[in-house]
Amino acid sequence: MIDDQTIEAVFRGRLGGFVLDTAFTLPAHGLTALFGPSGCGKTSVLRCIAGLTRIADGLCRVGGDTWQDKTTFRPPHMRPIGYVFQEASLFPHLSVRRNLTYGAPHKSTAAGVKPAVGFEETVDLLGIGHLLDRAPAKLSGGERQRVAIGRALLSDPRLLLMDEPLSALDAETKEEILPFLERLHARLAVPILYVSHAISEVERLADHLVLMNEGKVLAAGRLGDLQSDPRLPLALSRDASVSLDATVEGHDSTYGLLELSVRGGRFLVPAPAGCSGEMRRLSIKAGDVSLSLQPSSGSTILNILPCRILSHTRRGEHEVVAVLGLGSDGMGAHLLARMTRRSWTMLHLGDGQPLFAQVKSVALR
Amino acid sequence: MLFSADTLVPIRLTLELALVTTVLLLIVGTPLAWWLARSRAWWKEAAASVVSLPLVLPPTVLGFYLLVALGPNGPGGALASLWGARTLAFTFEGLVIGSVLYSMPFVVQPIRNAFEAMGDRPLEVAATLRASPMKAFWTVAVPLARPGFLTGAVLGFAHTVGEFGVVLMIGGNIPGETKVLSVAIYDYVETSRWSEANALAAVMVVFAFAVILSVTAIGRRLGHITE
Repeated sequence: MIDDQTIEAVFRGRLGGFVLDTAFTLPAHGLTALFGPSGCGKTSVLRCIAGLTRIADGLCRVGGDTWQDKTTFRPPHMRPIGYVFQEASLFPHLSVRRNLTYGAPHKSTAAGVKPAVGFEETVDLLGIGHLLDRAPAKLSGGERQRVAIGRALLSDPRLLLMDEPLSALDAETKEEILPFLERLHARLAVPILYVSHAISEVERLADHLVLMNEGKVLAAGRLGDLQSDPRLPLALSRDASVSLDATVEGHDSTYGLLELSVRGGRFLVPAPAGCSGEMRRLSIKAGDVSLSLQPSSGSTILNILPCRILSHTRRGEHEVVAVLGLGSDGMGAHLLARMTRRSWTMLHLGDGQPLFAQVKSVALR
Repeated sequence: MLFSADTLVPIRLTLELALVTTVLLLIVGTPLAWWLARSRAWWKEAAASVVSLPLVLPPTVLGFYLLVALGPNGPGGALASLWGARTLAFTFEGLVIGSVLYSMPFVVQPIRNAFEAMGDRPLEVAATLRASPMKAFWTVAVPLARPGFLTGAVLGFAHTVGEFGVVLMIGGNIPGETKVLSVAIYDYVETSRWSEANALAAVMVVFAFAVILSVTAIGRRLGHITE
């Protein structure tokens, strides 16, 4: 598992009054969310990877390079990272332009080596072109954070670390920045490690997930797999949902419905037309999925898909959460369905059973 | 004429002494302030207290120890023997050494405060942008601490101009060599030359006013920048 394409991180020890005991390996591509409640050690892990915090018993390898092991400790300025802090932390004595170029490789030293993203492209991607000559004090919170992201990107990192970059912002500003993050993720090859305690951000952005609690890693893997794993707290939470990466197949202009395919199924979602083949993310809540034994024809529900029950778990006294595999063979993407225990018993449901998932609502990003 | 050559010599000497002292203090005091602001050594506050001693010690006490240290049997004497002199006491060089120690807390304290006020974050940001500790210091820490440096320099300069007790103990009263403004005023009063004393005293009042005004202005700017 340890090769050029992975990020391996092991950090064990005491930090102040807090015990960290984490070990995980991640693919070095896409966006990985470090998710868990406040104070569970997510930020500490990120700081350890950056080298800003030094924990004695640590191992950190990124893409074949050892940043920390028993005998090595690379100081942060020797690690090819970009780091976005919770607060933008722009240099107040420098203009936006000089903040952006502070970490950029010098032309003379990087002769012939082109950085992954250029200045113009970054400025364009983040929509900060009109701010270049301003002082940081004259920017709004959202603008500042966008400049901070641009500054980190322009240092040409091989790994981008983001520590709750939205949590210090109000809801409106978050919505302003999220599309930039989505674009960033779609356009750039650089892997991103993203710390968050907001599941909505994770559902929207993450490909992979590291689930943390009280200084420990509960699980690490693909987002959809962890969301639909009934042994983990995500699947059993009140607002449990599963994110699916879907391909645009076509558009029904009569009714304004976008047709999207996922592994083992197809969805129709009210949305403007998109380019065929384009990837979109769907999010389906466990509470919006009900089960039926027949492919009921007299229903207003748009999306009714054949599936199989893969496993089920009791949720409290009254409810059952079932993990569904899409497709009549149940081999497709996973969904969650939450129902009362009474319904589960009355329909004589059980693992392996083929039936139909009625999806009442699909959120499309 | 109030400002005869007689009164101008001590003014020139005082400015020279204050300038040399301030430059030396910035050179010595900056790393010291940096260390005091960033180190986690347990004896750091003890070191800070030693630096601050001149704030509380009577200048005559400091002057007494300096006299011993600079004299023929002290390390100052050993140093002076390198260029064939017997002692550093009652010389301009001796005055510089004394002034540096005496004015140290006035320079180190504001710079240390400024370094502490900026916190770890700007330096962490610089490090994640590949800045070596040295680059981070010069391009981030020093510019952010600029008001601290200005305040420290002004206070160090002013305090050196105004020192009296230490000078009297280690410098004496040698015209053109160690007879600075404050000593000169004392001297004029002793010899009943009131008009000269008056002129020099007035210069000091104007100077003190300008210093306090500029320190306040720098303080306001500091508040403005960190806001």
